Amino acid sequence: MEHDIGLWAIPIAILGGAIRVSTPFLFVSLGEVLTERSGRINLGLEGTLVFGAMAGYATAVVTGSAWAGVIVAALSGSLFGLLHGLICSLPKVNDIAIGIAMMLFGTGLAFYFGKPFIQPVAPDLPAIPLGFWSDLPQLRAALEVNVLFLIGIVLALGMAWMFRATRVGLIIRVVGDSTDAARAMGLRPALIRTLATATGGAFAGVGGAYLSLYYPGSWNEGISSGQGLMAVALVIFARWNPIACFGAALLFGGAGALGPALQSVGVTQGYYLFYAAPYVLTLGVLIAISSPNRAMTGAPGELSITK
Amino acid sequence: MTRRFLPLSRRRFLHSAAALSGATMVSGLPRLAHAAEPLTVGFIYVGPRDDYGYNQAHAEGAAAVKEIPGVTVVEEENVPETIDVQKSMESMINLDGASLLFPTSFGYFDPHVLAVAPKYPDVRFEHAAGLWTEGMPENVGSYFGYIGMGQFLNGIVAGHMTKSKKIGFVAAKPIPQVLLNINSFLLGARQVDPSINCQVIFTGEWSLAVKEAEATNALADAGCDVITCHVDGPKVVIETAAGRGCYVCGYHADQSALAPQLYLTGAEWNWANVYTGMVNTILDGGTLPNFMRGGLAEGYIKMSPLGPAVTDAARAQFESTKEVIMGGGYSVIKGPLNDNKGNVILSEGQALVETDVALESMDYLVEGVIGSTS
Repeated sequence: MEHDIGLWAIPIAILGGAIRVSTPFLFVSLGEVLTERSGRINLGLEGTLVFGAMAGYATAVVTGSAWAGVIVAALSGSLFGLLHGLICSLPKVNDIAIGIAMMLFGTGLAFYFGKPFIQPVAPDLPAIPLGFWSDLPQLRAALEVNVLFLIGIVLALGMAWMFRATRVGLIIRVVGDSTDAARAMGLRPALIRTLATATGGAFAGVGGAYLSLYYPGSWNEGISSGQGLMAVALVIFARWNPIACFGAALLFGGAGALGPALQSVGVTQGYYLFYAAPYVLTLGVLIAISSPNRAMTGAPGELSITK
Repeated sequence: MTRRFLPLSRRRFLHSAAALSGATMVSGLPRLAHAAEPLTVGFIYVGPRDDYGYNQAHAEGAAAVKEIPGVTVVEEENVPETIDVQKSMESMINLDGASLLFPTSFGYFDPHVLAVAPKYPDVRFEHAAGLWTEGMPENVGSYFGYIGMGQFLNGIVAGHMTKSKKIGFVAAKPIPQVLLNINSFLLGARQVDPSINCQVIFTGEWSLAVKEAEATNALADAGCDVITCHVDGPKVVIETAAGRGCYVCGYHADQSALAPQLYLTGAEWNWANVYTGMVNTILDGGTLPNFMRGGLAEGYIKMSPLGPAVTDAARAQFESTKEVIMGGGYSVIKGPLNDNKGNVILSEGQALVETDVALESMDYLVEGVIGSTS
């Protein structure tokens, strides 16, 4: 065979899978970091992701432009975030319960409006062939990097810088760590949290657009398989740090590619077990870094799960 | 004074109720005129009915049934293979008055259809892919097509078109029908060149878009240059494989629109033919056998038109083999045949014809398939 690369196929597939599969994880978890740093949890991002996938795909089909789809996905995501934020600003409302409601609402609405768009084919988002220097078709395919992936990296770095060094970042952190301190500074916590949730929702919507417009690149009702929920868990795993979110997203993407890659090189026994790799990995890491003595490091003080 | 708050007086309510029932009687009349007994037929799908795949194939059949005068069709999609399907069936029977049901997904049969059927002896349950055996309720039937023959023909075209001598198969779960499809695809290709191998990757689920895309990419990475699949909605596999420059063979329905240049052919269901036949039998007062099977000759399955890339040699062998299969009694699974672990399945001279029920309990992958059933 011309291009038989033997066991090298596994690391290449994991690299390719990490790049291809990680983007939705990255966007949703960045959105969730922003929301949680402001002191709220939005569990509804799975619904936002699915709705963003539908809205993006539908827009791309209608307008013929994939980028218009991304913009509409972001807008619809921010509307979902805004709704979550506004409802949670009412007194005595539990953000986790609203999040679950928003998740079901988002997926239901997406299925309802998405019916006519299962069949049509939408234009794809462009990818940059970063593997042009290699002769291996496998490596070239693995290094087809989508523009949204690169935007996601920039976003992660930008957000880390924002939290560390800017006034906006400081405001979000104060609101997230202590409502009382924020009020004493003259800030309006409910408003800031609502804006943070809306922005986080926009990110999740873009993550959805990546699913439907690039990889796997089509809209159907089973498109998400729970990435939105896993990304919320990723945030805890990444300790509310945007850069760590990027690493965690890559890890999850790569672990997801392990099962098919192993089967393709002939390791065919027990593939169900390999498919569970990302989840086993999460459990393992969480156990390894847990401590009975101190609370979760990096957790915003106002978060309802850590309060 | 409470009566004031009611939007309708009793008299007006009775009035409109009478008008309403009159209207339904009138609209019911034309149907009565066409057929002696109006028939309501219920279709239940496990996924969306326009998925370019399994469910779309059944929905196309339902659409054909809808055209028959005197027949009302009710449909429900995205019904999981759980207690939910029992509720769907019962509501179709009790609320819509359905007397013929097509719960179309494999997992609906046991235990769900078998649990509901004894409660409604006047309702006919027709299940796709199930295996009706003696002792099961008499009002249950199972029908299916020998679509492995279609994958065999896919394989013949694939065998001509592959340059790497390695073809790929994205499979959902290692159940007998899927295994028969994989084996048939490889054995078709080996009709052309016995050195061809087939790499299979199981995704573990009927519909899992990201994993299907990953599996397709892994096949392309492993050097497969013709790819087919057995998942519920082949859209993702076809698009991803074509995106990697591989030829594709379709499954369930016609996917040529997704990859016009690289689509070779495809094994499709022909449910429109089967369902209209079954419904007409019932309308004419006949009874359906409990066990119905058919292949290309009986019009249960059909092949997609050959794509523009297919060579003349491939076309010739495809057409001549199809001719032989149409004659009936063809065996794809025949000796000498080993499985891919080296065990003898069939020795020289033994053969299982397409109608053999033993094929419906297949639990092996034949020699030349790279993969494992567990």
